[in-house]
Amino acid sequence: MTRETLLMPTLIAASVLAILSACFLGSTALPADRLLAALFGGAEAGDRLVVWQIRLPRAIAAYIVGAALGISGAALQGLLRNPLAEPGVLGVSASASLMATFALYYGIASITPWAVPIAAIIGALTATGLITVAALRTQSVVTLILIGVGLSSFAGAAMSLLMNLAPNPFSLSDMINWMLGSVANRSFDEITLAAPFILAGGATLFATRRGLSALTLGEEAAAGIGLNLRRQQIFTVVGAGLATGGAVALAGAIGFVGIVAPHIIRPFVGHDPARSLVPSALFSGLILVVADIFVRLMPTSAELKLGVVAALIGAPAFVWIAMQRRTGND
Amino acid sequence: MTDLVVENISVLARESVLVDDASFRLGCGEFVALLGPNGAGKTSLIRAGLGLQSASAGLSLLGGKPVDALSPTQRARQIAYLPQTRPLAWPNSVRDVVSLGRFSHGAPLGRLKGLDAEAVDRALQACGLLELAGRRTDTLSGGELARVHCARAFAAEAPLLIADEPIAALDPRQQFRILDLIRAYVDQGRGALVVLHDIQLAARYASRMVWMKDGRIEADGPPSETLTAERMRDIYGVAARVEGLNIHIDGAA
Repeated sequence: MTRETLLMPTLIAASVLAILSACFLGSTALPADRLLAALFGGAEAGDRLVVWQIRLPRAIAAYIVGAALGISGAALQGLLRNPLAEPGVLGVSASASLMATFALYYGIASITPWAVPIAAIIGALTATGLITVAALRTQSVVTLILIGVGLSSFAGAAMSLLMNLAPNPFSLSDMINWMLGSVANRSFDEITLAAPFILAGGATLFATRRGLSALTLGEEAAAGIGLNLRRQQIFTVVGAGLATGGAVALAGAIGFVGIVAPHIIRPFVGHDPARSLVPSALFSGLILVVADIFVRLMPTSAELKLGVVAALIGAPAFVWIAMQRRTGND
Repeated sequence: MTDLVVENISVLARESVLVDDASFRLGCGEFVALLGPNGAGKTSLIRAGLGLQSASAGLSLLGGKPVDALSPTQRARQIAYLPQTRPLAWPNSVRDVVSLGRFSHGAPLGRLKGLDAEAVDRALQACGLLELAGRRTDTLSGGELARVHCARAFAAEAPLLIADEPIAALDPRQQFRILDLIRAYVDQGRGALVVLHDIQLAARYASRMVWMKDGRIEADGPPSETLTAERMRDIYGVAARVEGLNIHIDGAA
């Protein structure tokens, strides 16, 4: 089992390296000595500003958004016993970003800064709850994914409606930012607003991870070996809702990371959903930081949106994983 | 000594009666075969007995306490359950699946220690799975998988076991192997209730036969007393000749 023991140290080292690279790379490359000096409080004010106000918060935002989506994806896959379950595919991210846009649109966001994260979380919990109610009624994962498609379409349509009615081009461009997903110009203030929800969600999922292993045997046998099914469903739904809602509040809807990372991690942890949670979170964070570096370095006239790049890579991976599945599994 | 006592349990689903006023007892040292045609209510009776399905009337006592008063963990430590459908969502290793049998003891997959690791090793050994312990379950044959599920149930080392059709769709040799494993489990002073459709095998292995039809328990006793040609006609609607514990089924009656 050396592969499994090496997994976590490798992921942690790669994550630290990726976040440092994100601080290092950019329109003006900082030499390593100036970067280190800026990180540890020395250096000129300009360098400190670039690192502490722009690059580091952006990298950390990308990382925790990725981690939240990765752990939610891995947990939902364990709960629904399907590798295609993920906040984006199940319509959770879209519902969350719809609610966040709603809060922005009606100016609720100007009352308290907590309005956007809380609205996003309400959207995420509603969608996750609906999916789970459906999961109790049907064993067919195809049905669940179709419900997710329906939720996504509905959230998309409601979003388009808000855009149609947008009072001015500025709020329009704000909404498009939410729909496409981005971590550009994030500050530590915004991270502080989303982080408690992401941490609470992640901790809930982590604390109840053993039940996901039990569900490998199906619900009947899982109950037989002593799992409290109802409790597990509630905790996983709430945990994934909190984490995804927090992630959407910070970066808008970013899809597919929650599928790709657990899929790659699973063989390293003996296909055990419980053991896949933390490595999937770290790996998803790593993927988004690297994708965000790519977005920043691409010489395009307007900066690409992180969510667009994630979907460009993730959607084909989703199709590929779906095609790998043997028929008759549902 | 733990026993499961089901008293006058009824299970309703919408308008239909799935189980009607059924009572039975499963104690240690017993190999009980639960028999009856499809739809007789065997699985509902088991699930209600385990507290997995709510009964509209009656009581189920495990070790003297009502099952619904026990936590799922407490229940699982006293009675292992092998359900009829046994899906495996992920291609785990054989050892990991068997380790799930220790779930109620708090054992995490992949890091079993002490008593948990020993129990899993004993279950793998008993079911002849030591060589397959590292294999992925999606590479196993039907017979091997059946033994993996048995080992998973045995690993809990609970005093009682309920197995719902553990030998369905197995070849004759594998059927004997599974029933031998369950008999060895009973011979260690434990008790097992097994749903079977092969009357011949049931008569050979069981110390008691519980016969069900239309949600009711029609008979409960040793094979020598309850296995008769009349009973085969009543319960299954087949014409059969019974000679001692041997049975010849001639066709639908």
